[in-house]
Amino acid sequence: MSMKTSTRQVNGVTIVDCSGRITLGEGSVILKDVVRELLSKGQKKILLNLGDVNYIDSSGIGELVSAFTTVRNQGGELKLLNLTKKVHDLLQITKLYTVFDVKDDEAAAVKSFT
Amino acid sequence: MTEQRVSYTLDSTLETVDSAEQAASRIATEAGFDDEEVMRIAMAVREAAVNAVLHGNAYDPGKKVSLAFEQTGGNLVITIRDQGKGLDPDKIPDPLAPENLLKTSGRGIFLIRSFMDEVVISPSQTGTEIKLVKHVHGPAEGAKEASQ
Repeated sequence: MSMKTSTRQVNGVTIVDCSGRITLGEGSVILKDVVRELLSKGQKKILLNLGDVNYIDSSGIGELVSAFTTVRNQGGELKLLNLTKKVHDLLQITKLYTVFDVKDDEAAAVKSFT
Repeated sequence: MTEQRVSYTLDSTLETVDSAEQAASRIATEAGFDDEEVMRIAMAVREAAVNAVLHGNAYDPGKKVSLAFEQTGGNLVITIRDQGKGLDPDKIPDPLAPENLLKTSGRGIFLIRSFMDEVVISPSQTGTEIKLVKHVHGPAEGAKEASQ
């Protein structure tokens, strides 16, 4: 299953609901394009909901890092929501879990944006 | 575990990466690994295939990726070979070093080493061979450990 995304706005925060696989090729490209488009529209408070992302590879991890730094470099914030165990474990072993701001409650996550 | 060997010769394409992952998942399942171990083995093979296709063969249609699975002596041994210019494992930066944490690439070999019991990288002028080994831990061994 390839990656799919849909976006919604909640109190000024853009929530990107992601599902499927973020892997080399299509999945990573879709994530890159979504973030780029949001930034081009001035939407810099981005919450990536990864609750339905069941698989991510090193390329997908790289794309998450790229999205995080790109948004931050433009003065925005990108946070992660609802990690599955697989994605959580991957971010732990790559020491990225503490780099990202990871949330597990959507309402609290939305409120946490400055 | 029944002893057997399966090998594939694959093109240097993204489809090869998916095919390698799927083959690894199927063979690891057949070898009796649990779901979590199957996922780890399949991801290690996927990452090795990515290295072979992208960094080794650089998508060159004239170069192939060899993939072999061997079940022997209680081990699942997986060999991935490309026809690139050779990967020097000593030159791969540590992806866990603070200065590398925010790099967007360079985690593939680290993940492979994290997920497999043994990893041997053999570069040469005619390509790189990565051998991945996963030990099969049978239920009897686990029961013995649990009783100690």
